[in-house]
Amino acid sequence: MATVSVCQYQPGGFSFENCRRNALLEADITKLGFSSPAARKTGTTICGIVYKDGVVLGADTRATEGMIVADKNCSKIHYISPNIYCCGAGTAADTEMTTQIISSNLELHSLSTGRLPRVATANRMLKQMLFRYQGYIGAALVLGGVDCTGPHLYSIYPHGSTDKLPYVTMGSGSLAAMAVFEDRYRPDMEEEDAKSLVRDAIAAGIFNDLGSGSNIDVCVITKGKVDYLRPHDIANKKGVRTGSYRYKHGTTGVLSKAVTPLNLDMVEESVQTMDTS
Amino acid sequence: MASTLNNYNDLCPDWTQREVSTGTTIMAVEFDGGVVMGADSRTTTGAYIANRVTDKLTPIHDRIFCCRSGSAADTQAIADAVTYQLGFHSIELDEAPLVQTAASLFRDMCYRYREELMAGIIVAGWDRRRGGQVYTVPVGGMLTRQPVSVGGSGSSYIYGYVDSNYRSGMSKEECLKFTAGALTLPMERDGSSGGVVRLAVISEQGVERQAILGNQLPQFSTV
Repeated sequence: MATVSVCQYQPGGFSFENCRRNALLEADITKLGFSSPAARKTGTTICGIVYKDGVVLGADTRATEGMIVADKNCSKIHYISPNIYCCGAGTAADTEMTTQIISSNLELHSLSTGRLPRVATANRMLKQMLFRYQGYIGAALVLGGVDCTGPHLYSIYPHGSTDKLPYVTMGSGSLAAMAVFEDRYRPDMEEEDAKSLVRDAIAAGIFNDLGSGSNIDVCVITKGKVDYLRPHDIANKKGVRTGSYRYKHGTTGVLSKAVTPLNLDMVEESVQTMDTS
Repeated sequence: MASTLNNYNDLCPDWTQREVSTGTTIMAVEFDGGVVMGADSRTTTGAYIANRVTDKLTPIHDRIFCCRSGSAADTQAIADAVTYQLGFHSIELDEAPLVQTAASLFRDMCYRYREELMAGIIVAGWDRRRGGQVYTVPVGGMLTRQPVSVGGSGSSYIYGYVDSNYRSGMSKEECLKFTAGALTLPMERDGSSGGVVRLAVISEQGVERQAILGNQLPQFSTV
């Protein structure tokens, strides 16, 4: 609508006006034979398990833009609070901003209550925000942490549904990772076994899913301690070139040499002081 | 409803972009003194099973539960909202709320936002005024009380079984056997139902919960 009355009450919330325009633009661009730029997605394998003393979260480190790797070593395990971390799959910007917003709100909440935040609280905040945006925020999360009630692990989907489980995987490589978990997960594992299982699950995603790759990051959360191991395992080392393209001096013969000096005159000189305080 | 610009991408398979749905078979039966509720445990995103041990029997209050079917996000959000509203109402009243009140709250939300929501809910429980009651709030926001109610994608397979096997005046044990049997059938036939059978019995004494695992399910045929 071109004309909107000045006195009309502007409702708050997200404005979806541009969605129709975007759809028309997309159709026009495709007709001309080009493809519109794709949002950067973390193709991704992320996972988490609950073990004897806490939770272990794992993630790969590849961020893709269409079929190109945009970032070979991005960090997908985000800080929520000292005792809670969150892995994010889906649209990179969405997972980054959503986790930052909830982290900020949770810190204020924690200061207000005077207590260490609980994983269930973070889960509620995340699911209510994602439901409010009806799936338009493309963030699929694995939320894990240890609080006064014990270790907890949640998977959170973009539309706002959550599942509380002992082991979860998300992202395009989640099927490969879940296959590893379903085979080898046991309740109350030791820390080394748990880390090794998570490493293997992410490795399954990295080597069997095109959208996941590079290194494996692991985050071990226990009561009072967090081990953020980045990288835990460099699964894809960059190869070393066996030959060299450098040519020796004199490989190309010089037939003639001509030097032209360029005489430049100073026209104007001005000094601008920069305030570096 | 939710139409997204479909970025077909080899790197991101179909089920990463599908909404999570509780495909489901859910059921509730009244008996003299309470209700028996049952559900399967499968949640799907497209063709992938996102959670094979889901608990679709959600507590709303001490003696009131609901069975959820449809969109997982929608039903979880509705159940959370109604739990809050009913808890508040119960504190105001300073007594246990009626099952009919809970069902009404579900209906108000499901009818008001019927265009945006995809939720089929069965509300069941026990209260002092009318004993065990089952109310069904299907997609669209209707509310009706029924002695036995089935819902979800798997319910289509058992209308015949329920109509022919239900008798009024069954005991608690008979209701449990009836519900377990009725839930096993669609779990074999409906792709969106499966996992374990979760049962809950709500009566004046409280809530008893149990799960029947795959190998313990009643056998109907060896085909």
